[in-house]
Amino acid sequence: MTDLLVADHIHKKYGNYTALNDLSITVPKGSIFGLLGPNGAGKTTLIRIINQITMPDTGTVFLDGEPLDQKHIINIGYMPEERGLYKSMKVGEQVIYLARLKGLTKAEAKERSTYWFERLGMMSWWNKKIQELSKGQAQKVQFIVTVLHRPKLLIFDEPFSGFDPINASLIKDEILKLREEGATILFSTHRMESVEQMCDHIALMHKSNKILDGRLVDIKRAYRTNTFEIGLETANDSLSGLQLLQTEVLNSIPSNWEMHEAHFKTINENDLKIQVKIPEDLKPNELLNFLAAKGTINHFVEVVPTVNDIFIQTINAN
Amino acid sequence: MGALGLIIRREYRARVSNRSFIIMTFLSPLIVVGMIMLITYLTQLNQAGKQTIVVVDESAMFYKEFENTESIDYLDLSPAGLEVAKTEVEKNNYFGLLYIPENVKKNTSGVIFFGNEAPGISTLESIEEQIQTKITNEKLLDRGVDLDLIDEAKTLVSINIEDFQGERTSKISSWIKAGFGGGAGYLLMMFIIIYSNMVMRSVIEEKTNRIIEVIISSVKPFKLMMGKIMGTTLAGITQFMIWLIIGGGLLTFLTLYLGLDATAPNTPVGNMATTDLDKIELIVLDILNLPLLKLAGFFLIYFIGGYFLYSSIYAAIGAAVDSETDTQQFMLPIIMPLMLAIYVGFFAVIENPDGSVATIFSMIPLTSPIVMLMRIPFGVPWWQLALSVSILVASFIFTVWFGSKIYRVGILMYGKKPTYKEILKWIKY
Repeated sequence: MTDLLVADHIHKKYGNYTALNDLSITVPKGSIFGLLGPNGAGKTTLIRIINQITMPDTGTVFLDGEPLDQKHIINIGYMPEERGLYKSMKVGEQVIYLARLKGLTKAEAKERSTYWFERLGMMSWWNKKIQELSKGQAQKVQFIVTVLHRPKLLIFDEPFSGFDPINASLIKDEILKLREEGATILFSTHRMESVEQMCDHIALMHKSNKILDGRLVDIKRAYRTNTFEIGLETANDSLSGLQLLQTEVLNSIPSNWEMHEAHFKTINENDLKIQVKIPEDLKPNELLNFLAAKGTINHFVEVVPTVNDIFIQTINAN
Repeated sequence: MGALGLIIRREYRARVSNRSFIIMTFLSPLIVVGMIMLITYLTQLNQAGKQTIVVVDESAMFYKEFENTESIDYLDLSPAGLEVAKTEVEKNNYFGLLYIPENVKKNTSGVIFFGNEAPGISTLESIEEQIQTKITNEKLLDRGVDLDLIDEAKTLVSINIEDFQGERTSKISSWIKAGFGGGAGYLLMMFIIIYSNMVMRSVIEEKTNRIIEVIISSVKPFKLMMGKIMGTTLAGITQFMIWLIIGGGLLTFLTLYLGLDATAPNTPVGNMATTDLDKIELIVLDILNLPLLKLAGFFLIYFIGGYFLYSSIYAAIGAAVDSETDTQQFMLPIIMPLMLAIYVGFFAVIENPDGSVATIFSMIPLTSPIVMLMRIPFGVPWWQLALSVSILVASFIFTVWFGSKIYRVGILMYGKKPTYKEILKWIKY
């Protein structure tokens, strides 16, 4: 797998303020890449540099191995965080106009927009003005504008903000479909949980610096703690049974295992819910064996740190 | 079509399909004609009321001297005496009473006008003139001067003005020239302000809509700004052309209606115009003899030049702010030179079209479009026109460059209202 986008040692200052400090990222072709970090971390600046809206002070961005150039504009689709369209322009006219600015011919723009409008059931909006649409509807138009010219690289800044759950999942499916067709996706968001399940790669940014990047699975593996969440059924699902079981587990658990109370939902009322952290050299099977002797296990999950947790941990570690 | 062409087309369409543009284009000529008619009507209305002035002439010199005019009737009540006449005036609600004492020939300060309201200046002047002439003539007669001789010796002079190309003009046509030049200059100022404002509003709209980021990820900000300015220029030219056609149609209609021949040599213009129709004929002839095509052509040239100059500054301001209300502090320095141009035009140019003040201001790029346009009907040497246009072009290239620097940074800045200092810093980014 080759890399579609490489940002190499990017520096960007606004006056005395450093927006990006020696930032490098590599986005493999066909991947979904998450650029994550709180507000003000420098994500938007980086995206603007990739879009050639602003120029870096030093450093180079490569697209498909070539240094970024005017001709690459057609290869990138960008949905900014602050969505915007001409309010008093008709929807169809506007989509065609923006597609032609990207370099499509009139006929191509017309054909592809018709395809997308039909696919998302928006044909009746064609002659409406944006100001007549709801916010969610306008977002769908914005999505089409972003993908219409079939760019190799799709950049979504805060991709799902403003969509209701139904439309969010619709757009999510469309994005995944585009990835299958060969597009590379770059998400930028401060709501890390919203894209976590979709990303193959992530880069964490904080205060103009990149603090962590890599494949999501590798990062998660590196941050796993061998902690498990367990639910055990009690005799007759009673409160007294729960207390009995709790004492028994407490008394027999090995001293180098850490046990905490846990909070999650099960279908019984008086299950014993705990979190257990076992030493790194132990396999989960040993924990299971220990638990199986105590009662019926109805819940057993490894507690994998969320990107949010990892981010906070990394910030604290630095 | 390139990106620039696309932007120009979109901007043009957005302007001309705007409802207020359509209304402005077709309604304002009607409004102008309507205003002229209204003013004419009101002026006539003002004169309609005839005033009666009672005359008590104790000297008996002016018994039949006062001739009734369109607006004043003179009523001689000399035999009744001053006191009776006064009560008559009050009773009949006459406008006033003119009292001329017996010894007026020796001492004219005894002439008094009684009235509740002061008479108009022209009425007073006409009365004064009649008394003066009469007394002067009387005195001349007393000294044995033959009045007929004086009348014979009197000469009337009306200077005909002619330039070295043999084009004749007259005082009336000077006023017409000033009117057309002033009108064109004023119109140009309005055009520059209105259309530059459109550019600014459209920049602010794109910024507040946040569509700006989508567009400049496709095209360079400079292209967007230029496309916006050019598309709006075309809308302005369209409007001007429509007005030109309407105005041309009106003029043609007038010419045909009056059966005038524009190519005929100038009839001597002077006091020959006796009827209203004659006056209108003369005015229309004068208008037809103006360099109308030249004026229209230079209107376009100076509109484009002046508009590029100003609109790039307006675009930069639009980019620097978040909303239209924030633009106020930046507007004054831009409106000032335009106002100055209008005042220089109305005072210096009309007084002395080739004077040094008028010439200098018709070279300075911020004022030249308006001032030069006002000078054109009076005739401007070609080298001055060429120089003025060249300076204007060089200047607008500079302001477009300067404006685009601010624009480029400003469109992505949100939040706080920038100061002049910060804006200047952006140029270096």
